[in-house]
Amino acid sequence: MFGPEQGHFALALACVLALVQFAVPLWGANRRDARLVGLAPYLAVSQLLALGYSFLCLVMCAVSDDFSVQNVAANSAVSKPLLYKITGVWGNHEGSVLLWTLILAVCGGAVSLFGRNLPDILRGRVLAILGGVSAGFQMFCLLTSDPFERVFPAPMDGQGMNPLLQDPGLAFHPPILYTGYVGFAVPFAFAVAALIEGRVDAAWGRWVRPWAVAAWCFLTCGIALGSWWSYYVLGWGGYWFWDPVENASLIPWLTGTALVHSAIVVEKREGLKIWTVLLAIATFSFSLSGTFLVRSGILNSVHAFANDPARGVFILALLAIVIGGSLALFAWRAPSLTSTGLFSPVSREGSLVLNNILLCSICAVVVTGTMYPPFMQLLAGRTISVGKPFFDAATIPLTLPLLLAMGVGTALPWKRAQLARTFSHLYAAAGIAAIGLALCFWKLSGILPIACGALAIWVIAASVSDVLRRIGLGHTSAQGVWERMKNLPRSSWGAALAHIGAGITILGLCGMSQAEHAIVEVHIGETRSLAGDDWTLLDVHDYIGPNYKAMQADIAIRHNGKFVTILHPEKRDFTTQSQTTTEVAIHTNFITDLYGVVGDRHGTGKDTTYVLRLHRNPLAPWMWLGGLVMAIGGAFSLSDRRMRIGAPKRAAARNMARA
Amino acid sequence: MSVTRRGILTAVPIIGAGVLGVGFWRMLSDMRSGAFDPRAIKNPNVGKPIPTFAMPGLPGLGDGFTDAELKAQHRPVLVNFFASWCIPCVAEMPGLRAISRNMPIWGIAYEDKPENASAFIQRDGSPYARVASDRHGRVAIDWGVTGVPESFLVAPGGRIIWHGSAALDPQIYEAEIRPRLAGL
Repeated sequence: MFGPEQGHFALALACVLALVQFAVPLWGANRRDARLVGLAPYLAVSQLLALGYSFLCLVMCAVSDDFSVQNVAANSAVSKPLLYKITGVWGNHEGSVLLWTLILAVCGGAVSLFGRNLPDILRGRVLAILGGVSAGFQMFCLLTSDPFERVFPAPMDGQGMNPLLQDPGLAFHPPILYTGYVGFAVPFAFAVAALIEGRVDAAWGRWVRPWAVAAWCFLTCGIALGSWWSYYVLGWGGYWFWDPVENASLIPWLTGTALVHSAIVVEKREGLKIWTVLLAIATFSFSLSGTFLVRSGILNSVHAFANDPARGVFILALLAIVIGGSLALFAWRAPSLTSTGLFSPVSREGSLVLNNILLCSICAVVVTGTMYPPFMQLLAGRTISVGKPFFDAATIPLTLPLLLAMGVGTALPWKRAQLARTFSHLYAAAGIAAIGLALCFWKLSGILPIACGALAIWVIAASVSDVLRRIGLGHTSAQGVWERMKNLPRSSWGAALAHIGAGITILGLCGMSQAEHAIVEVHIGETRSLAGDDWTLLDVHDYIGPNYKAMQADIAIRHNGKFVTILHPEKRDFTTQSQTTTEVAIHTNFITDLYGVVGDRHGTGKDTTYVLRLHRNPLAPWMWLGGLVMAIGGAFSLSDRRMRIGAPKRAAARNMARA
Repeated sequence: MSVTRRGILTAVPIIGAGVLGVGFWRMLSDMRSGAFDPRAIKNPNVGKPIPTFAMPGLPGLGDGFTDAELKAQHRPVLVNFFASWCIPCVAEMPGLRAISRNMPIWGIAYEDKPENASAFIQRDGSPYARVASDRHGRVAIDWGVTGVPESFLVAPGGRIIWHGSAALDPQIYEAEIRPRLAGL
């Protein structure tokens, strides 16, 4: 019922359905044939069902230990816990491509289901574009990375999974991250559909924004989760390594953030149309290039995927069609789109333009830093690596004005603003930021961390004061404040929350710039001190886990003689893969993380010493907490009635008539 | 279509994407032919004279050697960094023995106990004309070695003309080393 052959067949069926979903509605829209266009949602849903069935089959193969399937044999083992048998399905190249296409199909299903307010032709075209992208990647899956490929004879047991990936955080990281990446396919499809139609208006902005915000929320969570995973699993004490794979997720996040903001201008003022369309195309293009170029092996990354240049050529051809096609369409049709909304440089629109310029500059820096080494090697034959010093030096100076503008932006009115009046709203926030600056001078060292810290406090203070001003705190009665709170649009709450989240993340990064660590070699019972804490190695003992052998250390931490906690870091030896992992032990009070790692055992008997790595990471949890707050802010604004309902039906009908 | 500022601006993204695409395509096709390796380790010392050093020998394998002795050679020498604890080095040994029939190979034991290194290379017959011990890896730093095995082709007079960061075998010798010997 759920065997590999059924799964393979369902995948092929989904591919055919996706091709039909691509061709029929586009053809129908051209001929103005409502029946053909009306088929699109049904095709999208049936494609989703077929692909869902196919994915279920692969999960069942993994759960039932069907080692005749190459993918299961290579990545699973009988002894693997059930949770990781399931999540292991997307822990490898083939399975993750299948998951990727499944999420794309889910997006198509969502547009069919929630897009009932859209004009039929627009919805048909959007679904057609999604179907076309789906078909391409399902073909990629079928032709070059078939997850259902069989091996004969089937091995008795599988090779097991990389133990580093056996972690709940990483198990759910890919689906969330992919939802973020793939979610931007919907704004992309909207952009392409609008280019085909030759019209972008406020209604379009209103339709496209919730999809962009939803994808952005997932991408934010995905990046935060990935960074958190590398922090507590890899045991290096770091959280972001400017690795190509990480940059591949950051680049679409930056353009996606710009998109979420510029779509507001389209919606409210019918401005920045061409730019927004380009951002929608660019964001998805970066998502695509990032996820797939990483697998071609061009980018030298610590995140290993099976590298196969042949696969890379297929991907590149696919990218050329999707990205090249949409950009060609853009170059052809975009010049005919005209802006109507005029605005002065000092206005909400002006601040959003500034936000876009800065975000895209940061994005350009990250793209340059990521692409420089391979292109340098190609053109000059020299190998170089671009790392943290470049990215820090180039991105932080661009982040500072961005933070400054974030605080001012939400306080500005549309069209034209009077600076004096705007600033009068911001005195309180500026005062708090000044106190914050003093605090930063006291607590932080280094000019950039101090500036970033103070500006982060400024962003938080300005966002809070903006909300307080809007609900009229101090100006109206308690009853009036309550009424205003209820009437304040959810998207305003969401924006404030997202900005506060960004501030929290930046504060976390500033705190982490002051992290201290020490690598020590100690006997049992010995004490070492680090930044005011005394770390004592109490004991080390061995035990046997389900599929590994472990060495666990007990480290007591005292602060000024007062007992704080006992950490239990472990070192695990996975026998099947002959690989060792470190289990970091972290004690957090949400202000400071105490982070302990146990390393090698040296010597025997009384002379036995253990290598320990001790970290003190100030404000570390804030980095991911801020990411979560940003995503919650996005989700909050998604729940805004205006976003949910979209343009009124009558307006949609009118647009339809005009189309 | 007349050329307008808008037209130019909207054409820029596709041109940029096109340049990137062509670059990626070149990289992929070079990767298949082996001309482009993103994981390759390029040694900055290629084309430069060898660094100054003096190293002791290994027990039972004669004296070590110095940079002066290497420079004084009249034939090109293949200098090979190895260690008994390195699995690729074990795998490399038969290939080195085959290459040693064509040209002299001088071995440098990298961060290895002298007795272990000595036993390791004598087990199946040493490919090395001379062997020295870099017990603490100090010399390897000067050479720019990032791991073992790594090999350098040194021309008479002491200039490094080629560097390889993979286990050597006769194929690599034919493809990479032998063509370079012709010009010396």
